[in-house]
Amino acid sequence: MSVLLAQLKSELRVIARNGEQLLVIIGIPTILLVFFSQVDVLPRGDQNAVDFLLPGILALAVMSTAMVSLGIATGFERSYGVLKRLGATPLGTQRLVLAKCLAVVLVEVVQLLVLVGVGLILGWRGDLGAVAPVVGAVLLGTLAFAGIGLTLAGTLRGEVNLAAQNGLYLVLLLIGGIMFPLDSLPSWLQTPAELLPSSALADVMRGALTDTSLNGGAAWIVLAVWALVAPTAAAKLFRWQ
Amino acid sequence: MWFAYCCSVRTNASSHPYAVEVEGLVVQYDQITAVNSVSFAARTGKVTVILGSNGAGKTSTLEVCEGFRRPTSGSVRVLGFDPLHERGALNQHMGVMLQDGGVYPSSRVGEVIDHYCALYGNRMVAKDLVERVGLTHRQSSTWRRLSGGEKQRLSLALALAAKPDIAFLDEPTAGVDVEGREMIRDVVRELSSSGCTVIMATHELDEAERCADDVIVFHQAAIVASGTLQSLRQGHDEIRFTTERGIDPVALSAHIGTTVVQDGADYVVAGTSDARIIGLISDWLAEQHQGLDNLRAGSQRLEEIFRRLTQRSKS
Repeated sequence: MSVLLAQLKSELRVIARNGEQLLVIIGIPTILLVFFSQVDVLPRGDQNAVDFLLPGILALAVMSTAMVSLGIATGFERSYGVLKRLGATPLGTQRLVLAKCLAVVLVEVVQLLVLVGVGLILGWRGDLGAVAPVVGAVLLGTLAFAGIGLTLAGTLRGEVNLAAQNGLYLVLLLIGGIMFPLDSLPSWLQTPAELLPSSALADVMRGALTDTSLNGGAAWIVLAVWALVAPTAAAKLFRWQ
Repeated sequence: MWFAYCCSVRTNASSHPYAVEVEGLVVQYDQITAVNSVSFAARTGKVTVILGSNGAGKTSTLEVCEGFRRPTSGSVRVLGFDPLHERGALNQHMGVMLQDGGVYPSSRVGEVIDHYCALYGNRMVAKDLVERVGLTHRQSSTWRRLSGGEKQRLSLALALAAKPDIAFLDEPTAGVDVEGREMIRDVVRELSSSGCTVIMATHELDEAERCADDVIVFHQAAIVASGTLQSLRQGHDEIRFTTERGIDPVALSAHIGTTVVQDGADYVVAGTSDARIIGLISDWLAEQHQGLDNLRAGSQRLEEIFRRLTQRSKS
């Protein structure tokens, strides 16, 4: 346990020291939430802007932390030889991954508090009582995105990983059901977009927080499949150096 | 004796005469053979220096022993463990100093040493380690602000945090100042005298000469010589001297009955350190009204042995 806690402490310290990571995980989601709830440019029908945006932005926050921040930091750790050096200690892969995941979850708690707080200030009228599905969605989303982030970080060169994580972030932001409803996409893109982990996470978050009439059954299945497949791929493909 | 208590965690292998046993090791990267059918054994509790030029195969061999690299073929046992398949068990007993890197640039010296001590269950006290490697005044500095020598000191501290039974040190003195080198040599001696096996890769012959119990010489992916320093030097005596003015080595050779060659400013008689030959040289020089300067007689320095071995391997 003390080994795990030592690694968790180190992970949190690295996140707190990296300004660009804090920008990605707190800054960008907050800016997007504030900006697009004030500027009426999104195709959201007759829905209140914040009511539509907040669940997607929470999905974006999970994606930012679990995939982009974790993936980029891990990629750099790999190129700096940090992972190689840790590989010669009693830490082991399982505790390393667990420490990274716990750090991600702790950061996500802070993100959720900040974003829900900002949402309430902006007039969000959702349902705060649906804690269980939100926690479940965040955990599944974290597994899925961490799996994707670590697969890229563990297989690509440092610079390529950086570009790939940022590129994927942008693609999922645009067509992954976070900022724009899927039915506003071209018809040929709608079905593939429904299979993306960001769309699935945003859907189940909307179902839990804003529109409780949505049960999101298919989205839960898509999210669960990603939560299973992506970490398995990371475990198989990850290289320490 | 700062390190005397360090090796209390012992494996069954510690009673084994060899801490590392490598048999027929081959490491290939695509079409390049980095290590070509190498076999050796490193004695438990001794300092074995793997010597070789850059690219000779030292680091690849070390990385296989540390469990970082899968060998193309061959077998390796470290403290009785297979480094690839029993890595978790081996890591409990192994200290590693990488050739470079290994620390996040924004991490501070004190924090990193604390962290590594915790990963090994605080077998060592972080404050003592910081002090031992001479980084007390740099505790709050980040890795990126350390000089090359200070980075080496920190890397050594991370290897020591394991309180190791075996320590793999890859080029530990590269970029380190004179004082730092002395400290690293002291630590290596302390590790060895407490029973820890030290495997040190270097291309610096001076370090091998000062630290090694055993030497393994790598050249172009293969071992060209191995043994104790004494055994490597055996049969390689020489007499080396200079004179005020140039002499005719052929004439001197005829006088003393053995070949004299010129090596830069030195004249060298290889294969002997016999006092009778020195007397003949001195007499002949006196006849030529020349003084005998900088006379050295005895075993060749490791540098000459290394040069000879690698040249022989090339030819």
